[in-house]
Order: sequence, then C-alpha cells, then structure tokens
Amino acid sequence: MYTKHKEETFVLNLGPQHPATHGVLRIKLTMDGEYIVNAEPVLGYIHRMHEKMAENRTYAQYLPNLSRLDYLGAISFSLAHCLIVEKACGIEVPERATVIRVIMAELNRITSHLLWFGALIVDLGGFTPMLYIFDDREKIIDMMDSITGSRLTFCYLRFGGVSCDIDDTFIAGVRDIVPYMRTRLKMYHALVSRNAILQERLVGIGNITPEMCRSYGASGAVARASGVKHDVRQAEPYSGYERYDFDIPMSTDGDSMARFSVKMEEMEQSLRIIEQAVKNVPAGAYRNGKVPRTLTPAVGDFYQAVETPRGAFGIRMVSDGSNTPYRMKLRSPCLSNLSLLPEVVEGMLLADMLAFMGSLDLVIPEIDR
Amino acid sequence: MNDIVSLLTPLSVHTPRFVTYTEKGWHLDALIVTERIIDATRVLADAGYTLETITGVDWPEQGNIELVYDLFHSDRRERAVLRVRIGRDGAEAKSISSLFSGAAWHEREAHDFFGVRFEGLADHTPLLLAEDADYHPLRKDYGAQANDVHQT
Repeated sequence: MYTKHKEETFVLNLGPQHPATHGVLRIKLTMDGEYIVNAEPVLGYIHRMHEKMAENRTYAQYLPNLSRLDYLGAISFSLAHCLIVEKACGIEVPERATVIRVIMAELNRITSHLLWFGALIVDLGGFTPMLYIFDDREKIIDMMDSITGSRLTFCYLRFGGVSCDIDDTFIAGVRDIVPYMRTRLKMYHALVSRNAILQERLVGIGNITPEMCRSYGASGAVARASGVKHDVRQAEPYSGYERYDFDIPMSTDGDSMARFSVKMEEMEQSLRIIEQAVKNVPAGAYRNGKVPRTLTPAVGDFYQAVETPRGAFGIRMVSDGSNTPYRMKLRSPCLSNLSLLPEVVEGMLLADMLAFMGSLDLVIPEIDR
Repeated sequence: MNDIVSLLTPLSVHTPRFVTYTEKGWHLDALIVTERIIDATRVLADAGYTLETITGVDWPEQGNIELVYDLFHSDRRERAVLRVRIGRDGAEAKSISSLFSGAAWHEREAHDFFGVRFEGLADHTPLLLAEDADYHPLRKDYGAQANDVHQT
C-alpha cells in the first residue's frame, strides 16, 4: 500500500511516445516524488476498429487483419480466426496442415519471446542481449519467411490449411534450430538470469496474486507466474496440441522475476513441441481443396480461444448466414493483463513500474485493436 | 455444472441450456433477466469463474442490444456464457465491476462501441475511441457516411 512521503503531488505523463511502453501507450501518473500515487493507462492511440472492419468484408478478406493485431505473434491470432471459421463452416483440416500450423505457431512464439527478453533487458539498462536475440530471431524469421513470404505480419493460414507447403530445406532448418536455440537459451541464462542487477530489479517487484488474476481476467505468463495453472493449449486443445508432450511452466511467486522465469522456460517448452512436430510431419495435402470460394457459416454464434505468446486470445463470432460476419469480437489478452497495472503499481517507484511493464510483455496494437 | 444451472435458473428468462462444446466453443448458455445480471455473475464468481470479456451485439430489428458475458473456469475447464437483452434507446445495464475489477474496461469498451451506460460504473470516458467521441460505431445504423464525418 502507498504511504505518503511528501505534501505535494504532481502529474507525470508517460507516453504515448515513450521507449519503455514499446508502442503508443500513454500512462497518466500522479507522483509523490519518485513514488506513484495513481496510474491511469490511456488507450486508443492506435485504435483502428478491427471489429467494425470485420463487418464489411468477407471472412477471407479479414484474414490479413488478424496479423496486424499483434505483429509479434501473428500466427496464433490468424489461427484463432481460421479455427473459428472452420468450426462454423465444418471445414476439415488435413493432418499435415495442423502440424505445419503448430510448428509455425511455436516458432513464432519463440521469436516473440526472444524480442520480449531483449526489450525487457533494454528497459533495465542492458543492451547486449538485444543484439544477441536479434541474431537468433532473424534466423527463425528467415526460415518462416522462406515459406510464408513475410517476416512479421504473416497471412499464411487459410481456411482448411495453409497457403504454401513446407519443404525439406525448411524441415532441416527447423531440426537444426532446436539444439542451436537450446545452447543459446543456456547462454542467456548464464548471461542474464543470475545477474545481480536483474535480480535487484525484478525480485519482489510487481506482485500479482491469483485472486487479482481472476478478478482482472489475466492470462498467459502473467497468470501462470502467479500460480494460476492455465494454458489454452492444454485446457482446450486445438490444432492437435493434445498430442504433444509439454509442460506448463509455473511459479507461485507472482513477481516480475517469476514472469521472467516462466517466459524463459516457455521457450524451452516450445522447442520441445517443435521437436516432436517436426519428427513426424504427415504426408498428404497441406490444404483442404474442397473449401468453397464463398463461405457462408451457419447462423449463430461461436467462440474460439487460443494461447498466443501473450495469453488467451478469444474470438466471438456472430454469423447471420451471409458471407460477412454479423459481429466479430476480439478478446485481447494484453487488455486484461494491462488492466491490473493501476492496482499493482500504486506506491511503486517509477523505475520499478517500467521494469514491471516490461515483464507484462505488452503489444499495444493488440490492446487497441 | 448442474449446481450452477440450479442457481442460475431463477435468474434466467428460460432455463439455462447446455451447448455442444465442439460445435460452439462453450458449455453453458443462459439468457439472464436484465436486472439480475449481478446476481447471476456472482453465482459464477463464487464458483471460481473468471471473466474473459464483455461484448455487445446490436439487433435493430428486434429493437435491442444483446450483452454477452464470457466466463471461464480454469480448473474445471468450463466456459459459461451469460446474456442480457436491453433496449436500444437509452440502453442501460447494471455494472458487474464490483465483482470483477477487469469488467470496468470491458464495460467502458461496450459503452464506446454500443452506447450502453452501466449503472455503478464510475468512469464512462471513452476507452478506445477519441476522448470527445459521441458516436457508437458498432451500432448497425452507424454507416459509411457517419464514418466519413469522424475521420480526422
């Protein structure tokens, strides 16, 4: 709880253009010296009304929008859209395509987590890891680029499959990247995780309780670092995730360090999934050839959740039987994760809040939609 | 889930119904009497559910706006959906932000997009729209013409 230090308070405006918010997020802070009395996030600086856009284009035309929500974990977001349309239209997905989707989603998760790791350390004043992770991240992105044709805003998934098949070069590349990334992660731990400055800045800072997670609807690593064992990939398996053997990294500490450790461990688990998936990519079609050009789903509403790099993303789609959605609600994981910030940062030092925000792994376009 | 159904039934318009998860994506669906939404949410909150999101759907032909509450139980791995219907003119509902702190932002968003006011919600300032926004873009009668006016 906040205790008063001085008589006077002042207002400090953080953002919307501030390097530590990693995007156009503004936070209106009432300060008592270096201590935060009150924090109020001001959203909407990159609001594009994706939900209205959905209502005036067809299901296929909406595909590129999803990867513009979260430019770091685009595959998971388009996967949610494909899964919900496939569910509503009863489209079968070939085995090969579901495995390709998992490989791509997990590779994408690793690139996203790598950038979060680098950016967090930059927030704390260390620059070198950022250069290291860009090296690794670029290797993975190049591989994905060779198949999908884009680096970040992938529009690779299609209803009933994926747009292009993977080739032997890609599979060999993925096989090689798994042991490589394992040695790199070991190095990152040696370089950063036990560093005294990192410990000082993260341990015991920004405590989140499981009750808070429930009250605010927090998900992803934020919830798992606070002892809430929930991962959509295991709770409501989609795209064949039930076939892979992987653990849900957990912690009960609830501080920034716990979120750091959980996210680092998640990369290891993603490598495990990729390793299993790539070992046995089924032969056959990479795309269902019988998907009609114009899709008209059954009347009614549908829900689909997926585990994105940042938490549980959900789509609620209402169809009126026409070729455009009647309503498309995008449930953003970061919006819920950010909504607990004011409660957590009350009484915190300003510099600690920036480290705390780094541990939340926010992507602003996905909050603002 | 039957314990929840028996508690929700007196608060619902019809008896809550089970839906096929693989077809729809959730397990329990209940249309709640508009005034009883806080009680209905409390039933699920006490059972350990968490609020995922609140959203609206505009139905101009029926003259009402449907509010949809998505809730999830991480241990039981169950999803429940609560719905209320409110009139389009002077749309007002009761806020559940006293039960779920996270609801405040979802309700502010529903106010932005649908113009629904929430009784008990402290702050109705636009969350995602511009701070002087007086339009509600997800209402079906908000068309392309209105869109031109508000583009800056």
